[in-house]
Amino acid sequence: MALFTLENISVAYNKQNILQDFNLEIEEGKFISLLGPSGCGKTTTLRLIAGFLESNNGKFLYKGKDYTKVPVNKRNFGFVFQNYALFPHLTIFDNVAFGLRLRKASKSEIEKKVASVLEIVNLSGFEKRYPKELSGGQRQRVAIARALVIEPDLLLFDEPLSNLDANLRENMRIEIRRIQQELGITTVYVSHDQEECFAISDQVAIMNKGIIEQLSDPATIYNYPKTKFVADFIGFKNFIDFEDQKIHENEIELTKSGFTFIVQKNKANTSTDGKTGAIRPDNIVIRPLKESVTAGKNELPGKVKIRTYLGRSYQFIVETPIGDFTINQELLVPYQVGEEVILEFPANNMVLVK
Amino acid sequence: MKEKNRGLAVFTFLVFVFLLGPLLIISVTSFEGGSVLKFPIETFSFKWYENIFKVSMFLTTFKTSIIVSLAGNLLALLLGVPAAYALSRFNFKGKAVLNAVFISPILIPGIVLGFTFLRYIVTTYQLPIYAGLFIGHTIIMLPFVIRVVSSSLSTFDFSIEEAAHSLGASKIGTFIQVVLPNIKSGIIAAVMIAFLESFNNVDISVFMTGPGVSTFPIQMLTYVETYFDPTVAAISVLLMIITAFFMFIVERLMGLSYFTKR
Repeated sequence: MALFTLENISVAYNKQNILQDFNLEIEEGKFISLLGPSGCGKTTTLRLIAGFLESNNGKFLYKGKDYTKVPVNKRNFGFVFQNYALFPHLTIFDNVAFGLRLRKASKSEIEKKVASVLEIVNLSGFEKRYPKELSGGQRQRVAIARALVIEPDLLLFDEPLSNLDANLRENMRIEIRRIQQELGITTVYVSHDQEECFAISDQVAIMNKGIIEQLSDPATIYNYPKTKFVADFIGFKNFIDFEDQKIHENEIELTKSGFTFIVQKNKANTSTDGKTGAIRPDNIVIRPLKESVTAGKNELPGKVKIRTYLGRSYQFIVETPIGDFTINQELLVPYQVGEEVILEFPANNMVLVK
Repeated sequence: MKEKNRGLAVFTFLVFVFLLGPLLIISVTSFEGGSVLKFPIETFSFKWYENIFKVSMFLTTFKTSIIVSLAGNLLALLLGVPAAYALSRFNFKGKAVLNAVFISPILIPGIVLGFTFLRYIVTTYQLPIYAGLFIGHTIIMLPFVIRVVSSSLSTFDFSIEEAAHSLGASKIGTFIQVVLPNIKSGIIAAVMIAFLESFNNVDISVFMTGPGVSTFPIQMLTYVETYFDPTVAAISVLLMIITAFFMFIVERLMGLSYFTKR
């Protein structure tokens, strides 16, 4: 059974719906990320779970109990903020002890728990310092310790790494994952950074305009996006809107303006309702156009329109009869702008999306 | 270029002379040994400083002023801090209007305010003199409390309030444990500025005081009407020292930039 459930939740702000009939179930001990562009409702969802926001409609169930009307301070959820939100007037020790003192823990218990949680986040010895004396990464670890020490039933992160620089961000996300797995705390994590979410989550929910477009483990989302939005969001830059499809035993045959494409059936390409083909720039093969060769199945003739250098590879924008395509390829001798080429779309690399 | 700078220096010097000259003259005359205020002084003496403590009305009115200022200050804090908090924290209809209303006692000439208080507090409702002074002074202190506390709340990060909530603190608990300690210096500065405003006030008090009850500045005025000795100059010097000390503390706590902000 799910640990907590959001049931038909609606949230409106200034008469604008941010979430409408939103549903989400999280199982105990799982690390789930809400990922999406700004304004997709991910932070709203998180703040609703935390209790900072009230829903207009719907229910929030925790362990089967109705938590919809339970105020923030009675929920026992840990929240980690983007800007750390440490108490500037308190030492690190007192910051971390804040929640324990409210729970009327004894002095010796507080000392023991604070010491052990500071050890978990590698900040032993910082007890007497003030937040302003710490670096951004250290502050965020204090914030995590402060949320952990109350032994929360649920740990919530609101873009906790976006104020840190790139190197630190990578280290911190490994830290967060390690701590979460060590303690087995159910975690909801909000971010707009795809790599970050994929790296640390058991499950990722891709959100768009207040709904979840897809909820799966990271690898499934990465390889088999279900909708055009998800595909676009995770880097499938090329889309073909097919006109017709025929389902065969192991493959699906699609056509567009007289060109034929074969797509292998797989985990994602089983349903017949997806008629848009999506393919990553890395997966299209670009070949020189030789005379007497015409484009066959899964092939398109084209002309290089723009060429840019990405460091590891070149990126080409190629003009074809059915639109422009973006291709990344590692090449020693790049194609020139204006050169005629053939694009090949491998049958096992194209995904059909809604 | 050099010529222009010299002109500016002279101008600045003149402004300082204009501002500080009277203070300097008052300070010097307070040490006059004779019984008539004069500048420059002929003999040197501390006797007018001693005289302050010999005139019983100065002591009585000093107490009155202190009581009115402190009590008014307390009420102004109780009203002003929550008001400043609400104005900074929330967005609501009529916020701009409320802001303007709270600031209005600074903008309305004191004499107008004083007369209004006389008309209602004294004439219509016939409140006792102490009560009238207390209400009047609370009203003139309130805008200073709201302004100063608001300016210290403007740099307050309200997400730490949410952090406290999520850790289990109630709304009131959060205000006491998290908000108040972080605007402490603003509150102390507000107390001092409001105190000075109230303690030095003449234009409101002059309408509110009556037989037997007077405030310190009013007593100074009364004294000057009858005597022309340097006692008032000596008092002025003491008040200047107290004010300077208060402003020094305020500057230390918040910076005086508050006064240049609008």
